[in-house]
Amino acid sequence: MGFFLETLFGGLMVGMLYSLIAIGFVLIYKASGVFNFAQGAMVLFAALAMARFAEWFPLWFGFESQILANILAFVAAMGVMVIVAWLIERLALSKLVNQEGITLLMATLGIAYFLDGVGQTIFGNDIYKIDVGMPKEPLMMLQGTFQGGLLLSQEDLVAALVAAGLVVVLAIFFQKTATGRALRAVADDHQAAQSIGIPLKRIWVIVWSVAGFSALVAGIIWGSKLGVQFSLSLVALKALPVVILGGLTSIPGAIIGGLLIGVGEKLSEIYLGPMLGGGIEIWFAYVLALVFLLVRPQGLFGEKIIDRV
Amino acid sequence: MFYRENGQFKSSYRADQQIFPIAQDRIAILVLLLVAFIVVPLGVSDYWMRAILTPFLILSLAALGLNILVGYCGQISLGTGAFMAVGAYAAYNFQVRIDGMPLIASLLLGGLCATFIGVLFGIPSLRIKGLYLAVATLAAQFFTDWAFLRIQWFTNNSSSGSVSVAGLNVFGVPIESPVQKYLFCLVFVVVFALLAKNLVRSAIGREWMAMRDMDVAAAVIGIRPVYAKLTAFAVSSFIVGVAGALWGFIHLGAWEPAAFSIDRSFQLLFMVIIGGLGSIMGSFFGAAFIVLLPLFLNQLPGWLGFSISTALASHLETMIFGALIVFFLIVEPHGLARLWSTGKEKLRLWPFPH
Repeated sequence: MGFFLETLFGGLMVGMLYSLIAIGFVLIYKASGVFNFAQGAMVLFAALAMARFAEWFPLWFGFESQILANILAFVAAMGVMVIVAWLIERLALSKLVNQEGITLLMATLGIAYFLDGVGQTIFGNDIYKIDVGMPKEPLMMLQGTFQGGLLLSQEDLVAALVAAGLVVVLAIFFQKTATGRALRAVADDHQAAQSIGIPLKRIWVIVWSVAGFSALVAGIIWGSKLGVQFSLSLVALKALPVVILGGLTSIPGAIIGGLLIGVGEKLSEIYLGPMLGGGIEIWFAYVLALVFLLVRPQGLFGEKIIDRV
Repeated sequence: MFYRENGQFKSSYRADQQIFPIAQDRIAILVLLLVAFIVVPLGVSDYWMRAILTPFLILSLAALGLNILVGYCGQISLGTGAFMAVGAYAAYNFQVRIDGMPLIASLLLGGLCATFIGVLFGIPSLRIKGLYLAVATLAAQFFTDWAFLRIQWFTNNSSSGSVSVAGLNVFGVPIESPVQKYLFCLVFVVVFALLAKNLVRSAIGREWMAMRDMDVAAAVIGIRPVYAKLTAFAVSSFIVGVAGALWGFIHLGAWEPAAFSIDRSFQLLFMVIIGGLGSIMGSFFGAAFIVLLPLFLNQLPGWLGFSISTALASHLETMIFGALIVFFLIVEPHGLARLWSTGKEKLRLWPFPH
């Protein structure tokens, strides 16, 4: 029982991190109808920027404090992500307005490659550390209830809390601020929003910046767990089935989808894996999403697209 | 001046409907084939034959297959590598498990297995489209990556996980030297290109294109979406599967699942985009471009008189690929093939501008 719960919680934590990346997808899809394949590349890029700035700033400005370096690096990395967002809007998306979804998808694929290349050219391609002082020791819980107790990673716990906090912040931003309302208006209908004077271009830059912000948070958490390296952009490929499962337009969907996939992945690896030869984590999420698509194409919370023939 | 069609009158439907209606095109293709079959094997070094021309031919074939699905039928696929892998591993299994299996037969049977898997993963396309389908095809990619790595039966229980083929021959003629490999692939590519060209001109090809342009309207005028989409998946994965088998058997000789990773899928998609969606010719342009660009980028710093590290060169390569894709999507969504046909239009009018 203890082992099962451990696996379950492990899955939930990983799932929370998948959701964090998935939220970036959903934000952009909601506000511009672009299925952003570059989200993974953005996570890698943001994490690389963060890791390297935290390393460089103390050298450049001659101070010692790790905390100050982290704060400055975070601000600088966020600045870089805003610039990236602006450039993407300026150089690619504004020229592809009114194209089909497939064209936009392929454009984001190109952006993903470009960001991967640029990021590694500027920031280097080794494995870098991000150290934001997350607690590393595991936590023993419920020793009285089960034999052997429940072993939880504090790092995962903190990560999950941060992710949950981010979701709350995003929800408030979307619901309470004027910009948030404008974003939701654009999501509902581009043309109507434009005709009442909402500047579409600025909104897109904001959305991509917010997506960059969530990429940065995801990148820091994943990066301090696994180290910042190229494989980070592959972790983001896991976020695709998450959004499919949750529905492309729903932030709660992204979170629940992420949790489901995280848990499903871990449990299946432990309980089904030995029968199938192991390593089924690679495809489990995708096959789950695929099967789900056949039953309910719009995902758990997605909007149903009515398409009569 | 020379590229004029006036005076070439067609007096029968047959003449009107041939693949290359203009005499100059026919001559150009004939010359191209003669060069490819006779001049190239005589005049090109073994290195070029082995390292550039053979991969170019095989990747063109795969791009051709993918183009049928993405360019002609509008079903985006990110799982091309998976279907190549299925073709390669299936052909390998036919080759090693059945004694005296002819090479060509096992390649084609490999293609057939890829067809089966392609249709299987194409079934979701009946309910989902566009973006969702892209994710569904990724499922194929990850699943096959895993299957060929973990399921021992597919690799004939090889301990290292990689498989190899040796002693290839067709009708007693060995396929060993670079020239023989090149010619073998060339024959395949020419035959398949001709078949594909005719398929997309035929009724089924027009159904695919109607499906791509507007599926609802196509269904209204009586095109069965199920049939159109699944045939596109079948034909496409057959060609891709054969290309995969050729890649494993002829080009690599020994391979492991990484040879057909997701990067290969993306690479092929780029070929199709840069070459031209919905164009047979474009598949060849795209493949040539993507095969030659890294070579060019590697040589360029040397020509300019400075050197860069290999890591930097590979990052620059990814960067340039990415930028080019966005560039092509914005400026010329129909790719190099459109530039080619614009060039031909201009030549028709030359030397008078109108």
